[in-house]
Amino acid sequence: MPVINQTLGQYSELFMLLAAGTYTVAFIAFAWDLAKSSKTLQAVDRKAAEAAAAKVPVAVGAAGVSSNATASDDGRPADAAVRPSSSNAAVGGTADGDMRYTVKRRIPARVAVALTVLGALIHGAGVVTRAFGAGRVPWGNMYEFLTTGAFAAIAVFLLVLLRRDLRFLGTFVVGLVVIMLVAASVAYWTPVGHLVPALQSYWLIIHVSIAVLSSAIFTLTFAMSALQLVQARREKALASGGPDKPAFMRLVPSALSLEDLSYRFNAIGFLGWTFTLIFGAIWAEKAWGRFWGWDTKEVWTFVIWVVYAGYLHARATRGWTGTRAAWLSIVGYLCVVFNFTIVNQFFNGLHSYSGL
Amino acid sequence: MTAQQTNPGQPPASTHPVAEPALGVKGMLRWAWRQVTSMRTALFLLLLLAVAAVPGSLFPQRPVNAAAVTRYLKDNPDTGKFLDSLQMFDVYASTWFSAIYLLLFISLIGCVVPRARAHYKAMRSRPPRTPRRLSRLPEYETMELPAATGVSARQAITDAAALLKKRGYRVDVRDTDDAMPSVGAERGFLKEAGNLIFHLSLIGVLVCVGIGGLFGYRGQKILIEGETFVNTLVGYDAFTPGTNFDPATLDPFAVTLDQFDVRFDRESTRQFGQPIDFTAALTTKEEPGGEGRQKILKVNEPVYFGETGIFLVGNGYAPIVTVRDGNGQTAFSGPVVSVPSDGVYTSSVTIKVPDAGPDQLGFVGFFLPSAIKNDQGVSYSFDPDPLNPQLNLNSYYGDLGLDTGQPQNVYVLDVKDLTQLNGRDLPAGGITLGPGATYTLPEGKGSISFDGLKRYIGVDIRATPGQGGVLAFSLLAVAGLMASLYISRRRVWVRTGTHPDGRTMVEYGLLARGEDHRLAGETAALRELFTKQWHLPDTSHAPDTAPAETAKDR
Ligand code: HEM
Repeated sequence: MPVINQTLGQYSELFMLLAAGTYTVAFIAFAWDLAKSSKTLQAVDRKAAEAAAAKVPVAVGAAGVSSNATASDDGRPADAAVRPSSSNAAVGGTADGDMRYTVKRRIPARVAVALTVLGALIHGAGVVTRAFGAGRVPWGNMYEFLTTGAFAAIAVFLLVLLRRDLRFLGTFVVGLVVIMLVAASVAYWTPVGHLVPALQSYWLIIHVSIAVLSSAIFTLTFAMSALQLVQARREKALASGGPDKPAFMRLVPSALSLEDLSYRFNAIGFLGWTFTLIFGAIWAEKAWGRFWGWDTKEVWTFVIWVVYAGYLHARATRGWTGTRAAWLSIVGYLCVVFNFTIVNQFFNGLHSYSGL
Repeated sequence: MTAQQTNPGQPPASTHPVAEPALGVKGMLRWAWRQVTSMRTALFLLLLLAVAAVPGSLFPQRPVNAAAVTRYLKDNPDTGKFLDSLQMFDVYASTWFSAIYLLLFISLIGCVVPRARAHYKAMRSRPPRTPRRLSRLPEYETMELPAATGVSARQAITDAAALLKKRGYRVDVRDTDDAMPSVGAERGFLKEAGNLIFHLSLIGVLVCVGIGGLFGYRGQKILIEGETFVNTLVGYDAFTPGTNFDPATLDPFAVTLDQFDVRFDRESTRQFGQPIDFTAALTTKEEPGGEGRQKILKVNEPVYFGETGIFLVGNGYAPIVTVRDGNGQTAFSGPVVSVPSDGVYTSSVTIKVPDAGPDQLGFVGFFLPSAIKNDQGVSYSFDPDPLNPQLNLNSYYGDLGLDTGQPQNVYVLDVKDLTQLNGRDLPAGGITLGPGATYTLPEGKGSISFDGLKRYIGVDIRATPGQGGVLAFSLLAVAGLMASLYISRRRVWVRTGTHPDGRTMVEYGLLARGEDHRLAGETAALRELFTKQWHLPDTSHAPDTAPAETAKDR
């Protein structure tokens, strides 16, 4: 049995608070970026609509090739026309459909990302000191699931940022992470301690880490799907000659690009959740003697799995792509949140180790 | 196949022959079958399944906790009865839940079998003919080989076919004698195969789960330190066989609990007294006369005998008690299982002494591992470890009602036909016993002594045939899922021709089936291969020859 180091545990809690503070500033910077950029964009538009139009093809140059497709030998309909290319240009946006970085400089966004990285470093230190303080993996109770899960969400976000310009998601992701950290410290605070025997298993490392990672990915797709809904409405309004509102959505790629990217993330998340389910079942067999017993936590894990399976199906079902699929992605995430908060605390079952 | 695919930028993978005018019953049936096996129905049933699973987490479930259901019915007689008629207390075995998942699996079979057949055919047929206008494909590029390179149109096609083949494509060279030969290539058949394997494996999982329910069993047993359990039907405290379980298949192993150790948290403040380790030392025998072996049983470390597993699910204290009756005889002597009700092991105790004479004796009360008195003089336990063990009992005499032949709960004393001897409200007061102490009952009814303390464990013993199958099919499903999600099914066509001025013109186009965000990357990779093969200058077509994946990643 490892020795508990309370001092390290207290350092960890301090780091968590510092990280939450840093993220809050980053959040403000991200929000500032959205506000400022949309204002600049409007000004630019007003001044030189043509100049702006001329610039766009440069930004999306690569995507232009693939949007040429109209019909093929299969006599298939011109899908490309029905579901336009990923470029947002058509609907008066400026964001790159590929979510590649463009040359344009966004100072507040850079500040925000720098702050997020700083926050993540402090946050990471918090997670690591927690692990050393307890002498085990830092995910044994609700407080630890939340703090470590929030770190996973930020880490996934930053990793994706290396390749894609998802800074438009910053306010949402960082905002959610701040909420998670605050909730952890206020509602779920638990000092470092030992694990109850039911959790003393290497399956804790495997099963929970994958669950936390998948949830982090679902957090990103949740934000993207929510934006997708807003963007789809805006695009519809624009297409029928309506006003361009909300303005900050011009920073956000087209609904279709959002859908494509969130589909790819959701596919990874679903795979991860499938592993969560299987490893959970293996662990349940070891701990309780049955791999599946419809314990409340098992029920909800199953429900989440089925909802995301439904999402993947929806993407291949006529009439269910786009907005409806996005709703399924959102419902799936709400189930994840419900499974974590309500089920852990208010439903009693074998998984009652919330540490509260 | 009946699935209607509308992947962005993709053709429907194949189209069903349009239904002939529906004629009579046959037509109707065909129509119904098509509905059941449609993608939309599958989606609907999936979402319905998710919704239908929810009530099982809202209401207590009989197979999980029958006592909670009884309590619920007692507390909510009206709604409870109504909910019960809807099978809300056994959701996962209910007709409606079963109907949903069975329909889903019927739909799945109806969907997958034709798909498998179509895929088998596709795998054996040649890549589709070269489209007349390659430029209409989502990815299209051209190259020209200067006459000086000396690569003829035919040679270029042969080269392209070889390169594509090396890249994992199935290729088919055609029109080699024409002026414009071409090659059709296709790869990624494992994507569809993966999808089929995934769906079929789900059926495998379901079947194996069913096998476990039919032929498995589970039982519970309480083992006090020093006791031995032999795996026979009579050995169990409770036994739940599967529908088709045959008791003759019980393995005749034997298990003795030598010692049970518990450790509680003494370091942290907030979790002080929380258990951090349960360890049961067992001596096991594969068969009654067999050789004894030492084994350790812990919460996450079950002990297996072949397919049968022993799982540590509970524990508690068993005070050793000796009861002498009114005749001066020892009527009972041994450990008594007490049932813990909280984290500090405040445990209820029930002792029935049918052998006592002239009157049968009964005791109910509490065992407290670390007894202390509060301000009102009521004893309670302050710690789960036995720091100050104490028995607090009331006693009764009369007829225990054990001879009626009706089964009784050993943990409940029915005091209807009994007369109370001891209790807080009686002149004699309650019985309070520390270790080694003896209390003499009033009216010469005998005595009771607290001789010592043992621990016991509660174990689940289970055999679930088919469990390995469930795991195997689950892993197969995951493998299929990965193949389905991450293998890309692509078609490539290359066509060449000779320009009047002697240059060889090459054009190629790519088409993905299903979601494929890396098609452009593949185009870039092919471009690079061709450029290298024909020694063209790198800049012949596009400046970016970045790694395939980052180039124009859509
Ligand atoms: C037990 C219920 C089912 C579950 C859990 C399930 C799950 C899934 C999942 C996770 C995928 C996406 C991964 C992949 O492409 O392989 C998928 C795809 C697919 N499923 Fe199912 N499925 C079920 C039943 C069905 C049924 C009944 C049908 C037929 C009507 C069906 C037809 C398909 C098709 C055609 C795809 C491929 C979609 C594409 O091309 O992207 N599935 N399924």
